[in-house]
Amino acid sequence: MTTPIVQLDDVCLSIRGQSLLNHINMALNPGEIMTVIGPNGAGKSSLLKIVLGLYKPSSGKRRIHKRLRIGYMPQQLQIDPSLPLTVQRFLALAGNSNHQDIETALKDVNALQTMTRPIQSISGGEFQRVLLARALLRNPTLLVLDEPAQGVDLHGQQELYQLLASIRDKRQCAILMVSHDLHFVMARTDQVICLNQHVCCSGTADAVANHPEYLALFDQGIEKDFAVYTHHHDHHHNIHGDVVKDNLPAFESNTNKGCSEHHHD
Amino acid sequence: MIEIIAPALIIGLILTAIAGPLGSFIVWGRMSYFGDTLAHSALLGVALGLFLSLDPIAGVVIVTVSVAILLSTLQKQRNISSDALLGIVAHGTLALGLVLVSLKEGVRVDLLGLLFGDLLAVTFSDALWVGGCALLLAIVTKLIWNPLLNILINSDLARAEGLAVDKIRMVYMICLALLVAIGMKVVGALLITALLIIPPAGARRLASTPEQMALLASLIGMTSIILGMLASLQWDTPAGPSIVLSACLLFSLTLTRGNQS
Repeated sequence: MTTPIVQLDDVCLSIRGQSLLNHINMALNPGEIMTVIGPNGAGKSSLLKIVLGLYKPSSGKRRIHKRLRIGYMPQQLQIDPSLPLTVQRFLALAGNSNHQDIETALKDVNALQTMTRPIQSISGGEFQRVLLARALLRNPTLLVLDEPAQGVDLHGQQELYQLLASIRDKRQCAILMVSHDLHFVMARTDQVICLNQHVCCSGTADAVANHPEYLALFDQGIEKDFAVYTHHHDHHHNIHGDVVKDNLPAFESNTNKGCSEHHHD
Repeated sequence: MIEIIAPALIIGLILTAIAGPLGSFIVWGRMSYFGDTLAHSALLGVALGLFLSLDPIAGVVIVTVSVAILLSTLQKQRNISSDALLGIVAHGTLALGLVLVSLKEGVRVDLLGLLFGDLLAVTFSDALWVGGCALLLAIVTKLIWNPLLNILINSDLARAEGLAVDKIRMVYMICLALLVAIGMKVVGALLITALLIIPPAGARRLASTPEQMALLASLIGMTSIILGMLASLQWDTPAGPSIVLSACLLFSLTLTRGNQS
């Protein structure tokens, strides 16, 4: 049996008395792709920060494989125009990489043309790929991506997903990514976790090909890169964000605010 | 004549040489107000030195370093913006310093010298400890240079890549505090931030790497020291303000050059 590259055991997180994550269990195996989806404020970024080791769980445990090496691609990044910095230098700052490594990483993400340009002058899509190149330069066993598809059009997303799939196949690294899109995920995703402070549901995604009504919306060729995730919740959230067990009147399950007394499904 | 000018010149050149790289980070990180706050608190340091009968510079070092540590701790809480926090600390320490000085009877403090520097009053022994301090600062700056650039770009990314972000930030702030203590001698509390900001700002258009910008900032700063002191001798103007004016002049000269992004 393989040991997960990273595993969360019953992790809760609260910051300044506010509960952000409740009893999260997840395990990501080497080479696996996991997508975390959920609405705004669901705690997706907090979950990433726990996995990255930036936040310590309030309770529960983060277990890591001894060969865990993280490449992190943040959501967005503002670099002050007063800092003269070329893409090449930005990548060199990731540490112990020579010119050849940098060139290869940029080639891998199709952004070689940006190498000598000031980093503030490249486009959003290019910047994203440069960030990905930086994450790759660390030779990661786990690639963590915070909303890589945000602000990228469908065609750009398709390219990104193809790129990620080829990176996984080539380097055998696990990929954990967050997406704010509740229905479209990368087709090659092995696991989908739907998060709303707790794990609402998890499972695999169905290929878009199985959903002709979605297929009809797009040009040909898209079905192999996108998939539809079908939620199968056994509860919903009322207007206060509290968990309401389906088929039960709302007032009967209104006692689940605390991390410790959160029991449903 | 030369024995009056030489120590002043040496201290000024050392100060601006090290202010180039350290000041560049102030410009990149938009923290000029942080530099100002350290400078204001330096006056409290002088008062403390008087009260405890220490060398004023020792008082300045103690207070600026403590303020730097205090600020980096306080900035983690988010109820007050760090902008407002800096204002409170800057003016609180300044006011406390002025009150303390007035309480100490029988002591006349050269307030003008503290605010605007008294460069020509420095001696060779001053130059010696300033040189020692600067050497230490240069070594530390070299050590934290790349980590600090990574933190500047994105602290979460730096942390995820395994850097001790808080520690490195703290080291940088202590370096700045020491630099402010040295700068008190040269241009005084009110103008020290100028020597941290104007030279890197002038270097920006001429540089295409962070290191080039830091080096050019040092050169611009050192040139300002020489020009300012010459002007001061020629027209009998105060040395500190003349140096800052020279830096402004050099900065405006770089504006005429086309923008190299």
